[in-house]
Amino acid sequence: MNTATQPTSNNELYAERVQRLNDAIALRQPDRVPIIMNSLFWHTRHAGLSFRDAMYDYDGLSAATRKALDELQPDAYVLPHPIMALGPTMDIMGYRQLKWPGHDGVSNDVPFQYLDKEYMKADEYADYIFDPTGFMLHKYLPRIATAFEPLAKLPNFPSLYYTRIIHSTRSFANPDLVNAFQTLQKAGEEMGRMLGKTVQFIDDMAALGYPLAESATALSPYDLFADYFRGSKGIMLDMFMRKDLLLEAMDKAAKLIPLQAIPAAKHSRSKGVFIPLHWPGDGLMSPDQFKTFYWPPLRKVVMTLIENGLTPIMFWEGGCTSRLEHIMDIPPGKCVYFFERTDIFKAKEVLGKLVCLRGNVPGTVMSAGNPDDIKAYCKKLIEVAGKGGGFIMDGGSGIPDESKDENVQAMFDATREYGGYA
Amino acid sequence: MSDNQKKLIEMIVGMQSPEAIELTKVMLEEGADPNTILDICRKAMDSVGQKFEAGEYFVPELILAGDMLERISELVKPLLKEGGGGQKKTHGKVLIGTVAGDLHDIGKNIVTFMLDVNGFEVKDIGIDVPVATFIKEIQDFQPAVVGLSGFLTLAYDAMKETVEAIKTAGLRDNMKIMIGGGQVDQVICDYTGADGFGLNAMHAVKFCKEWFGVKE
Repeated sequence: MNTATQPTSNNELYAERVQRLNDAIALRQPDRVPIIMNSLFWHTRHAGLSFRDAMYDYDGLSAATRKALDELQPDAYVLPHPIMALGPTMDIMGYRQLKWPGHDGVSNDVPFQYLDKEYMKADEYADYIFDPTGFMLHKYLPRIATAFEPLAKLPNFPSLYYTRIIHSTRSFANPDLVNAFQTLQKAGEEMGRMLGKTVQFIDDMAALGYPLAESATALSPYDLFADYFRGSKGIMLDMFMRKDLLLEAMDKAAKLIPLQAIPAAKHSRSKGVFIPLHWPGDGLMSPDQFKTFYWPPLRKVVMTLIENGLTPIMFWEGGCTSRLEHIMDIPPGKCVYFFERTDIFKAKEVLGKLVCLRGNVPGTVMSAGNPDDIKAYCKKLIEVAGKGGGFIMDGGSGIPDESKDENVQAMFDATREYGGYA
Repeated sequence: MSDNQKKLIEMIVGMQSPEAIELTKVMLEEGADPNTILDICRKAMDSVGQKFEAGEYFVPELILAGDMLERISELVKPLLKEGGGGQKKTHGKVLIGTVAGDLHDIGKNIVTFMLDVNGFEVKDIGIDVPVATFIKEIQDFQPAVVGLSGFLTLAYDAMKETVEAIKTAGLRDNMKIMIGGGQVDQVICDYTGADGFGLNAMHAVKFCKEWFGVKE
């Protein structure tokens, strides 16, 4: 246990936790290794919610999250609502990129899964590059949700001027579009309900002394095209067959992505911007491909966020040990590298003076191991990755849905037991 | 081997997709034997696999190689005589599928492709495969190796249940089971009761070669 004076109020507790986290990020030595509660369905199961209810019952999700926070007393938490409490809105809009529990024949007790498909055709890069807004409105959005289908009938605004703009109002009386706007209004009202409850939850938790770990998300331009546009097979073929178009489109995306993340983060309690990285893994591309297609556009996004006073938190999914030497060109103490299966001890050697590390208690051990295994791994993490500060404890990919309760508790206990910097 | 045949191998191994497809068309127009073209593809895929194993090629090269093979097969297949279909798969039968609840397929597809080009007879039974379907497919196809794929952590239990069901159905003896999918390790291998785990397609090929006694 650390020997710091015990805080007397929730406000002090909040400030102490924020300080601990900020010290780690800025590569200073905090009083103790900070630990984050980062769970999607583990804690909702723990509270007895079905996977379906976790996605539909806003109050249930909030109550389950508060229960876990009270039990684990983390230094910060990842807000589950924006990624989980989407069921009702997705139902209204007819969203097609996810399969989720309780919808369309999926059982109530499985997590949601993203559908890896080609949402943008190979010959549409030029459309995206020429006019990303037009491409989104007329082609992309109609493909990903029923309610967006009629948007294809919207006028091509940049082609209009003077009287043509007046004439274009005709489109807004198109019955399909009118219907779509009505449906989208309902979706918007539902989303408003969800976000209202979410903001209330954030405030309530802050009053209880629990800070947010991050407040917005961004993504890597390569992942944008791999996951959401071209599909995993499409993008890999594009690296060979449409190299210049892919690079140009990613360059455009690198400027667009921060436009969403910066205002979201600036109006929030946390300056952390979470960037989940899905395709940087060791085997998933060659070092040359990584240096050409992955890192430069991602680095552009990261630098823009940093220039705007935000803290990019990059989650490097899978193992990225071979990438460590290639991701050193960032300013020191300005972001977090959150590793899943990367050799975090080697990462400490290579990147320890540059960037705060987060992770990486193995998900396999959280699910199938025992508390002694967890404690031993956490102790080593603290001693090696945590040496001198610049380290935040978390599961490799947060707390897996199937984690044993006693293993989650062991991760938190071990951090408090071994994590103090005397 | 003719100049064009050599060139086709070089183009496939060199990841020159449009050029390889174009040359295939020319060769077929000039009367090349479709079976010979498939043999050439197989030789080229061997080299691609070796380069992957040597750390020179990565997943994108396997995907592009698979895509080239698919396109060339589409050109060649209508020209094959009845009963023709390229080289016979000799090394043994492997059944592979993504376990119940999990929809991920890219890793499984790559493993299927690599086993196929390495001479194994592979049956891919898809994604989100219920335990009962695995059992029925095993009874019908009678593979000596079963591959269970999964990316989500829920796959751990689905893999364990599938292995147990195989045991209960009396099919586990004389069978090897491998698991894969990026989220597995020795802890999960022990947990599920599988015989081996792999983190990439070449691990699966290595296991199968070892278990079937295939000489390099």
